[in-house]
Amino acid sequence: MTVASPNGMTEFIQAPDRGGPAQPLLEVSGLVKHFPIRGGLLGRQVAVVRAVDGVSLAIKKGETLGIVGESGCGKSTTARLLMRLLDPDAGEMVFDGEKVGANDQTGGLPIRDYRRQVQMVFQDSYASLNPRLTIEETIAFAPKVHGVPGHEARERAHDLLAAVGLAPGQFARRYPHELSGGQRQRINIARALALQPRLVILDEPVSALDKSVEAQVLNLLVDLKDKFGLTYAFISHDLNVVQYISDRVLVMYLGKVAEQGPVDEIYDRPAHPYTRALLASRPSMDPARRRTEPPLTGDPPNPVNPPSGCRFRTRCVMAEGICAEREPPVSGLTAGHEAACHAVIPGSGHSAAPKVAA
Amino acid sequence: MSAVLKPAAAQPLVRARDLTVLFKTRDRTVHAVNGVDLDLAQGEVLCLLGESGSGKSVTLRALMKLLPKQAKVGGSIEVAGRDVQAMSESQLSDFRGGDVAMIFQEPMTALDPVFTIGRQIAEAVQRHEGVSRATADARALELLELVQIPSAKRRLAAYPHELSGGLRQRAMIAVALACKPKLLLADEPTTALDATVQIQVLLLLRELQEKLGMGVIFVTHDLGVAGEIADRVAVMYAGRVVEEGGVGPFMAGPLHPYAQGLLGATVHPGMRGKRLTTIPGAPPGLETAPTTCAFSPRCALAEPACLAGVPPAVPAGPGRMTRCIKVTAA
Repeated sequence: MTVASPNGMTEFIQAPDRGGPAQPLLEVSGLVKHFPIRGGLLGRQVAVVRAVDGVSLAIKKGETLGIVGESGCGKSTTARLLMRLLDPDAGEMVFDGEKVGANDQTGGLPIRDYRRQVQMVFQDSYASLNPRLTIEETIAFAPKVHGVPGHEARERAHDLLAAVGLAPGQFARRYPHELSGGQRQRINIARALALQPRLVILDEPVSALDKSVEAQVLNLLVDLKDKFGLTYAFISHDLNVVQYISDRVLVMYLGKVAEQGPVDEIYDRPAHPYTRALLASRPSMDPARRRTEPPLTGDPPNPVNPPSGCRFRTRCVMAEGICAEREPPVSGLTAGHEAACHAVIPGSGHSAAPKVAA
Repeated sequence: MSAVLKPAAAQPLVRARDLTVLFKTRDRTVHAVNGVDLDLAQGEVLCLLGESGSGKSVTLRALMKLLPKQAKVGGSIEVAGRDVQAMSESQLSDFRGGDVAMIFQEPMTALDPVFTIGRQIAEAVQRHEGVSRATADARALELLELVQIPSAKRRLAAYPHELSGGLRQRAMIAVALACKPKLLLADEPTTALDATVQIQVLLLLRELQEKLGMGVIFVTHDLGVAGEIADRVAVMYAGRVVEEGGVGPFMAGPLHPYAQGLLGATVHPGMRGKRLTTIPGAPPGLETAPTTCAFSPRCALAEPACLAGVPPAVPAGPGRMTRCIKVTAA
């Protein structure tokens, strides 16, 4: 949305709240993305990678949702689907009460408007910047595309540079290769904020950074969230970082949601065996408390050919017959805490399941 | 460990004194390592901790003389009583793989994609021990079982791309252990792995190290990894070891301001809502070798005396050393 500001400049302001505080900012249900594998002489489809296989989630206004999981669990595909860089095969996305991807006949929110309100920061800070654009050109690019005059877009770029802690006079005319990794990631964050989005999807934003720089960027993300009234979807494989930054956490395994809930519930009372194993896999800084047995054996299975029933059962210490037969539905435990595991679903037939109240 | 602390160790496995590495090309000069003293006893695990550009990987490669020609290596390096610097090419190729082996961060690029896992292991055995192909193949199978690869017999015939990341890293460890090296050099071998696989590989390395009595130098940037595997840690900054000591005392209370900053900047459980402590600024460029305390521009405790010269190694308790003039000798 562009409006004339008091000083006569057209500038972006964050789109207004439409659905009210109780309406989730983004609600996703039954999201599916399968990638075909083609082979043979005729390039026929021989198999399918079930990258995201029925993911439902909600991101509330002003919160940070952390998404964790191992490589191949579909967390980055989920991020690209949320950003609509990929079109989902199935599933529905509702952004602040409006269906995303609708057209004039059906009403709702067109993709172009959706993308203005949702922006993304990628892991590889160098690959995601255009090497032939200076920093200010990079940040001013999207506002210019959306109709802001060049000099105003540049001015805005300078403001954003200052907001992410880089002196505009020193950095605006530089090229990406002249910056360090931490500085480049700050540029990516500034670029994501240039259109005044409401939701920022952060796909492993600190994974490639050194620890001392990681802490700087995490502090910056916390500050910017307050300053610009943002909502974050924070994707990472680092459980400590996710615990630090998230309000709620979603654990993914092989394209499905294993467990989700408030951050303290997940870290203090994990219900799914996979979540417990993941938490136990964190190296301890205390050499006196070294582990002798790994919490999980083997690698995650191939998402081309996932196990039947519960997808975690092949590595699960609690697996029983029922786990191979039926897929556990996501079921609620306490307020906002849900898990997909037969062992926590009353009356599921698993020996550890709670008894159904008579 | 610096010479001050351990004057009479019985034949250390690794002994490096005043190691320097200088990269000089037409465009730029980088003083990557600026005087590192290292000692490693038989059967000991030392973690070199540091951020990118601190010289930890270059130090590791210098121990095996793996650096490119334009690198000027100074100082003395002795591994298993032999002077690495003075070795000829043919001596080096016996030395590498025989006495010393290395595992890398990215197994996919370190393994040869056109040979099977079994062949790559057997090749190392044949080259160093001169045994027949059949004997070497049998050893390859033993090694795959040693690194706990499931259905090892079938996996001998697998190519690297057919294995998952965790199995590939295990296969690379098997190649490295093929000739029972006395010293294993590991350059961030678990950084590219998932958390659940990383802990498996760390525990495997620890188990193998104890079983085979190897000395291990393990390069990592992750304090948690050091906490799981190290006996001793050496923190590097700008090409120097700024603090060294046993892993327990170090984790309980680092002495050098940089090491303290690194520990403070690492996100621990239970830090929610608190502001993370950061180290302001960035590491120095190393176009010239630092002549003062290289950390002083970023240090909250810095004072004029820090600029008087490179801080000497101050002994600080049993087996501990730090290069900071603000730490008083214990």
